[in-house]
Amino acid sequence: MTHQAHDNSYVSYLDYKGKHSGIWAWLLSTDHKRIGLMYLTGIMLFFVAGMSLGFVMKTEMLSRGETLVDAQTYNALFTLHGVIMIFLVIIPGIPAAFGNFFLPIQIGAKDVSFPRLNLFSFWLYMAGGVVALSSLFLQGGPIDTGWTFYVPYSLRTNTNVSLALLAAFLLGFSSILTGLNFITTVHRLRAPGMGFFRMPLFIWALYSTAWIQVIATPVIGITIVLVIVERLFSIGIFDPALGGDPILFQHLFWIYSHPAVYIMILPAMGVVSEIIPTFAKRTIFGYKAIAFSSLAIAFIGYFVWAHHMFTSGMSDLARIIFSLFTFLVAIPSGVKVFNWVATLYKGSIEPRVPFLFVMMFIFLFSIGGLTGLVLGNLATNIHTHGTYFVVAHFHYVMFGGTVIILFGALHYWFPKMFGRMYNEKVATVSVILIFIGFNGLYFTMFILGYMGMPRRYWDYLPEYQLLHTISAIGAYILIAGILLMLHNLWKALRKGPKAVQNPWGGVTLEWTVPSPPPLENFDEIPIITHGPYEFPEAKGVK
Amino acid sequence: MREATYNEQVTDGTMNIKETNPISHAVSEPHPHVHRDDIGSKLGMWLFLFTEILLFGGLFILYMAYRFQYSEAFHIAARDLNVNIGTLNTIILLTSSLTMALSIAAIQKGKRILSMTLIASTIAFAAAFMVNKYFEWGAKFAHGIYPGSSHLLEKEKGEIIFFGLYYSMTGLHGIHVMVGIILLSIMFVSVWRGKTNPDKFIILENSGLYWHLVDLIWIFLFPLFYLIH
Repeated sequence: MTHQAHDNSYVSYLDYKGKHSGIWAWLLSTDHKRIGLMYLTGIMLFFVAGMSLGFVMKTEMLSRGETLVDAQTYNALFTLHGVIMIFLVIIPGIPAAFGNFFLPIQIGAKDVSFPRLNLFSFWLYMAGGVVALSSLFLQGGPIDTGWTFYVPYSLRTNTNVSLALLAAFLLGFSSILTGLNFITTVHRLRAPGMGFFRMPLFIWALYSTAWIQVIATPVIGITIVLVIVERLFSIGIFDPALGGDPILFQHLFWIYSHPAVYIMILPAMGVVSEIIPTFAKRTIFGYKAIAFSSLAIAFIGYFVWAHHMFTSGMSDLARIIFSLFTFLVAIPSGVKVFNWVATLYKGSIEPRVPFLFVMMFIFLFSIGGLTGLVLGNLATNIHTHGTYFVVAHFHYVMFGGTVIILFGALHYWFPKMFGRMYNEKVATVSVILIFIGFNGLYFTMFILGYMGMPRRYWDYLPEYQLLHTISAIGAYILIAGILLMLHNLWKALRKGPKAVQNPWGGVTLEWTVPSPPPLENFDEIPIITHGPYEFPEAKGVK
Repeated sequence: MREATYNEQVTDGTMNIKETNPISHAVSEPHPHVHRDDIGSKLGMWLFLFTEILLFGGLFILYMAYRFQYSEAFHIAARDLNVNIGTLNTIILLTSSLTMALSIAAIQKGKRILSMTLIASTIAFAAAFMVNKYFEWGAKFAHGIYPGSSHLLEKEKGEIIFFGLYYSMTGLHGIHVMVGIILLSIMFVSVWRGKTNPDKFIILENSGLYWHLVDLIWIFLFPLFYLIH
């Protein structure tokens, strides 16, 4: 990347020359913006890797029998696809990349509370990524347990389970440290006058997420360590042959991994709450309701984990209680969706690229959320458990929710981060391709699952042929859309026209600093006198 | 309000502390990384300790579930543990927490040598704990009680789980003690070189918090494994 100084009066964070030079100026930088950008690079690379695995899987499922890979390879493919997409892309995704970049700027600070710890988190992330990928090539072969590492199979298989678990442990540690850093930063470094209720909603979302990261992640940490120890020394804790209980593993696993779903989705909801006011030119409707619904989701999210285990063998009472709590999560989620829609009402909407991503998010996430109710219901869960219905549901929520907004955030903040603008027409075409491909790929999976197609199977019966073919074609359209989008951004990065300071007319603090921001963000720490979304035009109307 | 109590605590030590408001610092300092925020550091440390408790929390939940499932076997297996060594180690760790706290008080009063002596004795206690642990585990191993041993596999499933938990929990705790020894050795050097001084001792305080947590976890491990029969 060659960046000239965009303005002689300041040096941007991209051009800043510190103690180190070359690649070390990045790898050893404690600047939150550089760290955010490094995360973003890593996340996009891992995303492309995960997407390629998905491509191979869909091509294998294009026709019956062995098309491209054998059954064992297919097991490894879906496991790695899950591990990479969940632990390396979606969980760090928005908080580590955009949170690092924009949290300090949006609260009017010069950096996070612990900049060196922040860099350490990034190194842990990279170490985790390297370990995860090395498990592919080392002796023993790639892990084939599915991303949930369920015992006792993960104790018995000879593949590189321990390495993959070590990777997950490192990534979890990285996530904890980022969360700890963000909580402290929000408490200690807000600009004068910025009370909690003057914080942008993205910060509220990051703050809630950070608490989940701190509270839930250690539980999976110890669970992972115990599986590794079990494999090495056979201590018996999870091994039924020695008296251990595999169901306890599932409980401990989901005590983290369900709240982790909210680690994934809350920051995306925060970004949506940023993009909507900017493009509706209207203050957000129900600011406090959205802020508190983030906390409510974070809180209720702890009490629903066993809905992943409805068919694992639990008492009916436990199943009814967990089902009830699962339905309760729909309330704060609904609060958010209705407030977003209410914000749009009578707004002067500019449907530009980031806004299109948000519209797509609301559509896809609503389908994902509503089918979640089908799965949260005990009776219908029995029918759809372990089928493609579940696969379709979590792709609608995780991909249609988090990753679509990861793309949306990228388009929203791209001019700010790089000081360059992308081609909006090409971006719009890619949005349309992604939307069509996505629904083709995953909506068919709902029908397949309802018809009884089990997940993780390498082959299928002839009656599923047509839908599998449609699904695979959807996948190709989706991948084409994503590649077009990445190409467009890459071109903009190289030689896009220079972006102005505030291309969208946003009013949060990041739009008051130059694009790209200077090293220390602000010449003078701003003093905050009003809420985050007060648009000049709207004031008169009020 | 928290700030007030913090400043009180500092002025008790009769020295001047620099302004701790992070915002005024961020404005006056030319570089953001130089800024100092002792309350922020402590907040971060408490959050970290919180995650440590949850890390052990997973193990405590497993202990509870298995104790419920195999209460009789746990009762029998616990009799194989040496209460004397356990008690001795409890006393050692509690005393080390005292010397740790005193070393912070000493540096606040500007008594550098005393503080170093107290840190050194904390390290010595920690080492003594590990030596005892070594003999305790060594004796178990000599009797053929270790994970995967043929002697243990002949026993009841509940007893296998008991020793599985015993080795994992005290083992993880032991790792924390060793990390503590490294951390306190760094603190010793830091006080020696004057990097930790009466004006700036937040790292020593945070190390102390860590050490107390290690102590606290042992306070729960000791009765659960040694005393409840």
